[in-house]
Amino acid sequence: MSNAPRLTALDALHRSLGATMTDFAGWDMPLRYGSERDEHNAVRTKAGLFDLSHMGEITLTGPEAVKVLDYALVGNISTVGVGRARYTHICQEDGGILDDLIVYRLGETEFMVVANASNAQVVLDALTERAAGFDAEVRDDRDAYALIAVQGPQSPGILASLTDADLDGLKYYAGLPGTVAGVPALIARTGYTGEDGFELFVAPEHAVELWQALTKAGEGVGLVPAGLSCRDTLRLEAGMPLYGHELTTSLTPFDAGLGRVVKFEKEGDFVGRAALEAAAERAATNPPRKLVGLVAEGRRVPRAGFSVVVGGQVVGEVTSGAPSPTLGKPIAMAYVDAAHAAPGTSGVGVDIRGTHEPYEVVALPFYKRQK
Amino acid sequence: MSNPQQLRYSKEHEWLSDAEGGVATVGITEFAANALGDVVYAQLPEVGDTVTAGETCGELESTKSVSDLYSPVSGEVVESNQDVVDNPALVNTDPFEGGWLFKVRVAQEPGDLLSADEYAKLTAGN
Repeated sequence: MSNAPRLTALDALHRSLGATMTDFAGWDMPLRYGSERDEHNAVRTKAGLFDLSHMGEITLTGPEAVKVLDYALVGNISTVGVGRARYTHICQEDGGILDDLIVYRLGETEFMVVANASNAQVVLDALTERAAGFDAEVRDDRDAYALIAVQGPQSPGILASLTDADLDGLKYYAGLPGTVAGVPALIARTGYTGEDGFELFVAPEHAVELWQALTKAGEGVGLVPAGLSCRDTLRLEAGMPLYGHELTTSLTPFDAGLGRVVKFEKEGDFVGRAALEAAAERAATNPPRKLVGLVAEGRRVPRAGFSVVVGGQVVGEVTSGAPSPTLGKPIAMAYVDAAHAAPGTSGVGVDIRGTHEPYEVVALPFYKRQK
Repeated sequence: MSNPQQLRYSKEHEWLSDAEGGVATVGITEFAANALGDVVYAQLPEVGDTVTAGETCGELESTKSVSDLYSPVSGEVVESNQDVVDNPALVNTDPFEGGWLFKVRVAQEPGDLLSADEYAKLTAGN
């Protein structure tokens, strides 16, 4: 097998726009087109256009597709209505998080699971294995879709000018098939930026046409192409976890503060149930480290892996950190011992290359859009 | 990207002006600034510090990473750019003028600094 990075259907377009490209989970992806700060601010105040074709799509169909998902994932997928989507986790037998996922119910017996690029194969393999014995088919659809996201307060207007689909009727975490700029698309009101926005799943051969139509439709309202760099600062401000940072196989959803995604009340067994029940009990009696926000008083940026310190003692670890364009200060997410996790706890610092810089503990998210 | 002809360049992407009265100005190139992305924090050498050619004398932090700042010459720092400390984005917007980093009384310079044309060749294709 070649080690050459995979290219999305929009690769030539990114290069023509002068994008700085970066290797991401085996894909060559746009990091930024100009200033990542400007791209970030455009998404917060106007709109940004993202190529997310590296995400991994897996389709499940068949009479027992829903049973496969209820067994394979920790969520209660039976309760997801047609046209709706659900955020959930897929866990190991020991409760460790294999990935976080969005599951779209496209029909009574048809689902699309969207996995992180770095975990797409792992999730595909797990779902295939867990579907054994059920009357359902698991299909690798990674090559069947390009994914373009338009995010930001102007995105409904931009999209409305290109589609007859009922966007007003399309709620957050819902998706419906439609046509955008003459191109068949699954239109989903989902995203990873903390803003209103849409994710458009289309056939790769239509990606360039759709990107150009969206660019033109957004010309007058400040739409800009936006790269992975600003996607990361946007999701961090919104307090959204990133696999490999806040979520790993060594944490259960309860350790990550996301125990609510685990639905013990659903019927039947599911992979990880016993371990997760034990994790839930542990979390109730002996609180694990808590995921908190940190806001810098100074200007140095905490990075993933840096120690959180109180009085010279390590009390936690930074999982993600970046300068926040919206707050104008460095921010971080960190797992911190429960004793130091309350917002306003004083004396908390981060070890930045040997010096302990002061930080304020805050509740997540750092940023919440006004509705 | 154009590199001013009157400056000289290190392989670590710093630029150095001609010394006036023994004092030269140091910054990083537009190429380096673009590679870093938006600079959000600059730790510059302080007045009175001794810097050594090819050795670390500060750091530049961008959204995604931290990069060491190297000095292209040896000598004593006589001024550092407070405007850049206050507004690190100057390194991106005006790398060869307002975004200069520090001034150094040159004691010694290495023999391998590049001309603008040589530096352009070094960074071509990147």
